Amino acid sequence: MCGIVGLFLKNRALEGQLGAMFAPMLIEMTDRGPDSAGFAIYHDPAPGRFTKITAFHPDPGFDWEAVCDTIRAELNATVADHRGGSHMVIHTDAAPKAAARLIEAADGKIQIMSVGTTIEIYKEMGLPDKVAEQFKLRLMAGTHAVGHTRMATESAVTTAGSHPFSTGLDLCLVHNGSLSNHNRLRERLRDHEGMEFKTENDTEVAAAYIANRLDKGRSLHGSLEDALSDLDGFFTFVAGTKDGFAVLRDAIACKPAILAETDDYVAFGSEYRALVGLPGIERARVWEPEPAVVYSWGRGAQ
Amino acid sequence: MTGLPETPVDTPPNIVVLDLAAEDLRAVNQRLQAAKPEDGPFRILHPRGAHALACGLNVGIDVEIEGHAGYYCAGMNKSARITVNGNAGVGVAENMMAGEVWVKGDASQSAGATAHGGLLVVEGNTAARCGISLKGAHIVVKGNVGHMSMFLAQAGRLVVLGDAGDSLGDSIYEARIYVRGKVASLGADCIEKDMREAHREELRTLLDRAGCTDAHIADFRRYGSARELYHFKVENLDSY
Repeated sequence: MCGIVGLFLKNRALEGQLGAMFAPMLIEMTDRGPDSAGFAIYHDPAPGRFTKITAFHPDPGFDWEAVCDTIRAELNATVADHRGGSHMVIHTDAAPKAAARLIEAADGKIQIMSVGTTIEIYKEMGLPDKVAEQFKLRLMAGTHAVGHTRMATESAVTTAGSHPFSTGLDLCLVHNGSLSNHNRLRERLRDHEGMEFKTENDTEVAAAYIANRLDKGRSLHGSLEDALSDLDGFFTFVAGTKDGFAVLRDAIACKPAILAETDDYVAFGSEYRALVGLPGIERARVWEPEPAVVYSWGRGAQ
Repeated sequence: MTGLPETPVDTPPNIVVLDLAAEDLRAVNQRLQAAKPEDGPFRILHPRGAHALACGLNVGIDVEIEGHAGYYCAGMNKSARITVNGNAGVGVAENMMAGEVWVKGDASQSAGATAHGGLLVVEGNTAARCGISLKGAHIVVKGNVGHMSMFLAQAGRLVVLGDAGDSLGDSIYEARIYVRGKVASLGADCIEKDMREAHREELRTLLDRAGCTDAHIADFRRYGSARELYHFKVENLDSY
């Protein structure tokens, strides 16, 4: 089943309330996905040439300080913003890939959640309200957020198998559905395009596919249009980039989707009830996205 | 219940206001299901996308839902007249037996699925699979219908004033479809058919019941079953 939600603010005055608006959307989708929950939030852009890396370790008592010291010594990185017990955000001016590799090498259980200038991804097993509480989602400011509540069907209930998936700088993808050609596509992307995979999950393949298209210079909108011919299976996708937000459903459109737009925001929900707490929703334009049509919004050049 | 909203002066004297912001969904549904024919009309506030609202109503009461409803709204309706002043989620009026369901906004997928009788009117558009496996109900959609509408429909009518998506009427049996706009494609065994006097009469009746009195019959085309798919043919014996 799974539930997905997304919120893209058009009115900058609301940025301080992004988490407060978004958390109830995620929690409302608990019945659609009680196994794990996660969200990508775009906020606090890293200054200058710095990159933000969000990393996860399953042990809430894990000694991040030792990792931080290694990073400081080897990468001349500042380390900040350690949230909750299991995730931390590392700011570094090292090359993003090299930094991510070094962090992963510090402990076998560390997983990189996201890399980019504005993205941070938090995900955990358990009910969405606990996950939102753990990371103090309601208090987070930002420009846009994408979230997922998972009812696992295709691979194990683990933090790594939770959504959102991120396989490129500032890119995230959440997915409701299941892909049927992900094994072959994973091979193609790994063997011919040099993409790296961390899980057996189908959504990670879709995220890598989009990251690969973006790397080749396609827009987010164009990358999702390409996905219509290269991905086979059921999907409703919500994707985020540093300054963009997009929605796509497969041509059969088995998986539900609702969009709402006002002058202040664009909101996505698997079901309308996820959107009812948003300000001005009674007057919003509310519609069901058409099958096989890409909807995208952006700030600045898209 | 406190904090009743102010009701307009023309409000019927017996109106019963049920507020889902204050009352449990199950309690509201049980109140509607226990109503007597002379009760009401009922007005439901703050539906907030709740699922299975106003389902299984056996008596002819009037229910107005003020806002967007979730999945399976007005499902299994037997006699009630239910209006949604907003959008309806997946499966509105599914398995309706009789009565009337009127959606003022859009309806999601599978609107009127398997409905046996009664009238469903959607003022806006419906998503995919409108009237799937229809068993006798009448559906009038003033906007467009999505792909695979009337899939496997066995009996009943669908009138579309806008356009129809791909594979309209796939594997249709003895149901009839009238479309005023464009049909993206017809499904297997669904063909365009002549519009005869009986069809013009029933189309006029349906349009009038849905309040489309200024729609012109001549603008519509009729679609139905070629009856090639569901009749057993002796030359196909070897396939079994």
